[in-house]
Amino acid sequence: MSSVERNEAPTKKTSGGFNIDFKALGPFLALVGLFILGTLINEAFLSGGNLSNIFTRAAFIGIIAVGATFVITAGGIDLSVGSMAAFISGAMIVVMNGLVATLGAGVETVLLGILLSVVLGIGAGAVNGLVSTKGKIEAFIVTLGTMGIYRSLVTYMADGGTLSLDFDIRGVYRPVYYGDVMGIPIPVLVFFAVAVAGYVLLNMTPFGRKCFAIGSNEQVARYSAIHVDRVKTLTYVIQGLCVSIATIIYVPRLGSASSSTGVLWELEAIAAVIIGGTMLKGGYGRIWGTVIGAIMLTTIGNILNLTDAISNYLNGAVQGLIIIVAVFLQRGDWRRKKSK
Amino acid sequence: MKRFAKYLGAACALSLSLASVGAMAQEKVKIGVSIPAATHGWAGGLNWHAEQAEKRIEATYPNIDVIVVSANGATEQANDLEDLVSVQNIDALVVLPFESDPLTVPVQQVKKAGKFVTVVDRGLSLPGIEDVYVAGNNPQLGRVSGEYIRERLNDEGKIVVLRGIPTTVDTERVDAFVASLEGSNIEVLDMKHANWNRDDGYEVMQDFLSRFPEIDAVWAQDDDIALGVIEAVKQADRTDEMFIVGGAGMKDIIKRVMDGDKLTPIDVLYPPAMIATAMELTALKFASGVPVEGRYILGATVVTQENAKNFYFPDSPF
Repeated sequence: MSSVERNEAPTKKTSGGFNIDFKALGPFLALVGLFILGTLINEAFLSGGNLSNIFTRAAFIGIIAVGATFVITAGGIDLSVGSMAAFISGAMIVVMNGLVATLGAGVETVLLGILLSVVLGIGAGAVNGLVSTKGKIEAFIVTLGTMGIYRSLVTYMADGGTLSLDFDIRGVYRPVYYGDVMGIPIPVLVFFAVAVAGYVLLNMTPFGRKCFAIGSNEQVARYSAIHVDRVKTLTYVIQGLCVSIATIIYVPRLGSASSSTGVLWELEAIAAVIIGGTMLKGGYGRIWGTVIGAIMLTTIGNILNLTDAISNYLNGAVQGLIIIVAVFLQRGDWRRKKSK
Repeated sequence: MKRFAKYLGAACALSLSLASVGAMAQEKVKIGVSIPAATHGWAGGLNWHAEQAEKRIEATYPNIDVIVVSANGATEQANDLEDLVSVQNIDALVVLPFESDPLTVPVQQVKKAGKFVTVVDRGLSLPGIEDVYVAGNNPQLGRVSGEYIRERLNDEGKIVVLRGIPTTVDTERVDAFVASLEGSNIEVLDMKHANWNRDDGYEVMQDFLSRFPEIDAVWAQDDDIALGVIEAVKQADRTDEMFIVGGAGMKDIIKRVMDGDKLTPIDVLYPPAMIATAMELTALKFASGVPVEGRYILGATVVTQENAKNFYFPDSPF
């Protein structure tokens, strides 16, 4: 896998016109390598069912990671997304179950649940953003705090156990996860739509350029008359909205939320962003890279499930290794190019 | 107004001193309970049952005070134990260790301080520390699950196994399960860790389904995993092909067994209510002085459609 990429890199580099393409190509090549590996390990890997499983699973982390791309590009970090997802799922389930008595288990109930999710997501994002900008507290600390708060709230709501969605509503809501349009699962379509919207917002609007500017140098951005606090807060709001969208397609999958929902999703989302080529210190972000990063993370897990060649106890080690190698290849190329 | 405040202050001081005198007069027995926080479904049930037992014991025996603390990890639990002894000055400890090895010495310290010690579920690494030991039976859980699958499949078939979080509990169950299948023609296609978690259970099962065209039975070992497995099997439209054996006794699964769901014909108990058993036994020691010291191993009862209603607790969160 590595040798293929090493050889590929210089040829692309010399054809100067493709510079920008090449940057985006790094993670993509790693993904292709991973797909080849998967196919070699087990032919079932390329079956339609398996591929659809991979993309559908990647949708949760992927959608959240699109939001994280904004936050990280603008020099922030959000550790609360996993807990936030669990909390919003829990709140949606409680409210929808409560509404069954008055509204019945119909589409209205589900729509109100979705509305609640969006409101909570935007609200939670705004809290993270405002407290870190107006309160002048490091985002790391603020979101570490809210991470604990949301996690406890969902545990409290569930009495330490599991919240389960009413079975009649499940029937109505189920197609949002299990349905498809022309064979493409709905979560994948939502993921794609969120990615396109994110791409446009980050790369084609003044708002996106401000994110880049703030992430590169906050002081300079401030002197350039950018409302730094407002833009940064908005990135957290976008993150919150993304979490809410991910939750909306997550809840119908198993119809439950508990204290173990969304554990470590924040790290997976951040990993997807970084694998995709966004810089952790901010100033540069790439939505499509993030999308590929999320798919890569899911694919690694899938491949490990398709083989019994590697001891189960070493799964984490293999995952860690592949992530580091993937990022190394990409950064290695980037550095060499800069030095020339 | 000022005078009123003065009176109020005096009254408060008086009542406070009275209260402390009262407490001195009637020295309460304090039982400290240290358990893992509700980080997964089973532990959630554990916390719920501990809370229920606390209310019950304090109502039944007015001279016993129960203090329940929960920890997020072995280190935190060791700190909890120190606090229970030095700050709360407990007379007895009921502990469900996060992990056996790291907590053996901290629990030993509590014992050395002269406290009555009850250990639940996960045994300590050194013998002779605890006065009472209450546990479920992990090897039996694995064995009865294996025996059931063997019988249902007439000693022949293909099965997959979803394991828990890599720990001794998981290893004990799996080893006994594998041993119980020895001598049959049942082929274990693969075993993967699903970490006692619904989402992982769902994903691992999806991958098993795309990998193996023929699966006769699934041993999910745990009811949270089983719920994820059920959704994956339904999604793949292969519900007629296989059955699923879970474990623990979660109300959702017990309900399915009770309703005669073909996908989940049985469940094997590993009840989180064992913490209540341990707490009641410890309370009994102080309330009545009857001998309770010893080892109590709760059976891994098989729940079938016939007896399911005895194990169905709709109010429990688990």
